[in-house]
Amino acid sequence: MLPPDIWQSWAEFSEIAKGLGETLSMAFLGTLLGAAIALPLSFLGARNINRLNILRLGVRRGYDFIRAFETLILALIFIRAFGLGPLPGILAIAVSEIGTFAKLFSEAIENTSEKPIEGFRASGGSRLQQIRFGLLPQVNPVILSVLLYNFESNVRSGTILGIVGAGGIGFLLSDRISAYKWDEAWSIIFLIIIMVYVIDYLSGILRKRIIGTWEAAK
Amino acid sequence: MPHTAAFSATPALNGPGAIAAFERDFAIQRRRARINWTIASALFLFLFMATAWLGDFFKVTQVSLPDGSREWRWIIGAGLPRLGEYVEKTLPVLRWDTFGADLAEWFLRWKVWVKLLIETILIAFMATAFGVIGGFLLSFPAARNLSPNKWVLWVSRRYLEIARTVPELVWALIFVFCFSVGPMAGVMAIGLHACGALGKLYSEVNENIDMRPLEGVKAAGGSWFDQIRYGAVPQVLPNIISYTLLRFEINVRSSSIIGYVGAGGLGQEVRTAMSFQEYTDLSALFLIIFAMVGLIDFGSEKLRHRIIGLGERA
Repeated sequence: MLPPDIWQSWAEFSEIAKGLGETLSMAFLGTLLGAAIALPLSFLGARNINRLNILRLGVRRGYDFIRAFETLILALIFIRAFGLGPLPGILAIAVSEIGTFAKLFSEAIENTSEKPIEGFRASGGSRLQQIRFGLLPQVNPVILSVLLYNFESNVRSGTILGIVGAGGIGFLLSDRISAYKWDEAWSIIFLIIIMVYVIDYLSGILRKRIIGTWEAAK
Repeated sequence: MPHTAAFSATPALNGPGAIAAFERDFAIQRRRARINWTIASALFLFLFMATAWLGDFFKVTQVSLPDGSREWRWIIGAGLPRLGEYVEKTLPVLRWDTFGADLAEWFLRWKVWVKLLIETILIAFMATAFGVIGGFLLSFPAARNLSPNKWVLWVSRRYLEIARTVPELVWALIFVFCFSVGPMAGVMAIGLHACGALGKLYSEVNENIDMRPLEGVKAAGGSWFDQIRYGAVPQVLPNIISYTLLRFEINVRSSSIIGYVGAGGLGQEVRTAMSFQEYTDLSALFLIIFAMVGLIDFGSEKLRHRIIGLGERA
């Protein structure tokens, strides 16, 4: 099992590097797609935007329903429709994030102050302008912070989607384990750990730069 | 940019000079914002295209049309009908007049499933127990304010990080190799992952405690263990119980899928149903997992709110 194998040539390592890149792009695109679909839905679930109680509660149960699906099970279903590769992983992450994002975003929208919105209403802004200039600046930092945090967590969970065949580094890892190439498997595990460290570190810096100052201003 | 325009250092407070200074500063601010926005958009577009290329997002694939001809289509458009087809296949045939018989056919393997359901919950329970023991013991050396020395701190933090960074499913693959197929491997895998995750949460709780009770115990002649036992533990216990219940919910979810790699629980039935193409079994299993996770979440939420006293406040 130990010591871990060290790849001697770029030809051997390029496959691993591509796997790592696929995992990162699965997490990135999955988070992005999930957020793009969840943002409009989140307005439907916020109390201060959607005043129809029945519709709002129905939408909220919808979020809960989506969140109940495991990412891995969604990946299994998407593999049947889209074939092996990173694409089913992207869609699985996106769909399971829709529920999470919509819930968190709608809570952020509910926690905003009414005053800027009233100001825009008083100066004759339409409902859309009130939301765009009065509400969105208040929720942007929260949305960005949630996005970054979920991107980190999706990098972690993206590694396992490969085990069921959805591409990425997990596919190579499970492949090495089933071939009993434990030395290479350990090297891949260490690479995953390093990748997660680097992503956490970078997103920490980004979080401080983008959100740290805004949070102080709030 | 070598020649960045700067804001006026001491703008005039009134008169036409003040307005000119304001206009100048405003223009600088606008230009900076526009430059930043352009750079950020270009970077974002580049990242999007790179990841879309790596992730096959814009791939075109061949599909068979109903008349038998082949055509190139965007992969997502081509896959969506197949997705609908697949979901439709998993729905059971339930007729009103033969409802009981149809239901019995849908849940034909219920005896196996009930056994595996109990196994799933037991795996989650055992794994939570191991995770709590390991995480609790390691959370004190891994807390910056309580660790006896920095080497112990470094080693315990790295151990917890490795334990939680490697996903449960990967630990399960390794432990299935070590301890053979069965719930034992699942318990070890989820337990190790939970130990890492809980150890981090607990140690963060430990870092936020009031240090004065520990000083009191130290002044009375207590050892390090006495300080932890009588100074720290009583402060962190409510938080620890709440995190433990939350982790139990997460562990139930992961133990229901961990069987996919052979580590016990309902996941192995999901794999069997998938490979035997027993589509209706799949929907039955989803329903069972859905109900189980929902019930356990509900119960644990009630318990958590009671423990941290949220029910009384609300």
